[in-house]
Amino acid sequence: MGFVNSSRLAPILLLLPAAFAQSNAILTVAQPEKLVAKRNTEITARIDVSIAEGYHINSNAPHEVYLIPLRLTWTPEPLSVETVIFPKPRDEKYQFSDQPLSVFTGNFAIATKFKVPAAALSGPAILAGKLRYQACNSNMCFPPKTVELKLPIEVR
Amino acid sequence: MQAARRSIALVAVSLLLSGCSSTSKIISDLTGERALGDAKPAVKADKDRKSAPDFELKDANGQSVRLSDYRGKVVLLDFWATWCGPCKIEIPWFQEFERQNKDKGFAVLGVAMDEDGWDVVKPFAQHMNINYRLMIGNDSIAEKFGGVDALPTTFLIDREGKIAAVHVGLSGKRDFENGIRELL
Repeated sequence: MGFVNSSRLAPILLLLPAAFAQSNAILTVAQPEKLVAKRNTEITARIDVSIAEGYHINSNAPHEVYLIPLRLTWTPEPLSVETVIFPKPRDEKYQFSDQPLSVFTGNFAIATKFKVPAAALSGPAILAGKLRYQACNSNMCFPPKTVELKLPIEVR
Repeated sequence: MQAARRSIALVAVSLLLSGCSSTSKIISDLTGERALGDAKPAVKADKDRKSAPDFELKDANGQSVRLSDYRGKVVLLDFWATWCGPCKIEIPWFQEFERQNKDKGFAVLGVAMDEDGWDVVKPFAQHMNINYRLMIGNDSIAEKFGGVDALPTTFLIDREGKIAAVHVGLSGKRDFENGIRELL
């Protein structure tokens, strides 16, 4: 048995990150990188989100009370969430709204600062998160959806 | 040579026309009016209409509402939600249609797809002065009507309880008016 031809393997390797991404037609979340978490320190996880062209999602702080905000939540174990940091949203005017809406479009990242407890068990673990969003385009809106996230960590 | 010139002229004219068409589409989207030349039937031909699925839901007063109760009337059935911006544009039109046509055998029924139910829908309805009957929808109702994956989705139902038109997304006010007029 010979070696695998690297030129044939390259396209497959290129597709791997996409295969791990959590996706539907409108919103895609890239698989987050594994983090090393040292006890009694803080670590920051970055979640890369991509919104399909022509769509927008409400920001974490929409201007109207009836709009559903973007929310990122994590299970409290084995790390505790210190803060979730959203990027600065954009105010955009759409045909269906008198006032500009606070939205995210295109590519952006959400950071989460975690505290690593002194008593955290060492070894690999998975942090489970949920990203809840509600998307629209200029003509219609889609029911709110939740993307399940899995953040691999190594506690040392 | 002459044939080649004719082909170029034809391509130029069709490009010009397609440009006009997209421009008029934008204008018609904004004004809610359909441009001349974009004319299409406001409702399906009678032979192409299928029966609307029946359902039973409670209105804001807790009273039972069945679609079949409205047999003999033209019904505008609107699936919407408080978090849906495009739906908010259409609501005043539907209020107007209800006011203008309720004595002619016409009714608007609004099915709100809000997960939080009346807690959010009642204050919103008061804020918008909604004058037609509202109900809270669910997945099973949406499934009956083909999934209702996008809001607003609006069905025009004829007096025999058949679906005469479906509008997915924000539509032109004139499209609804033409459909209602034709069914009444």
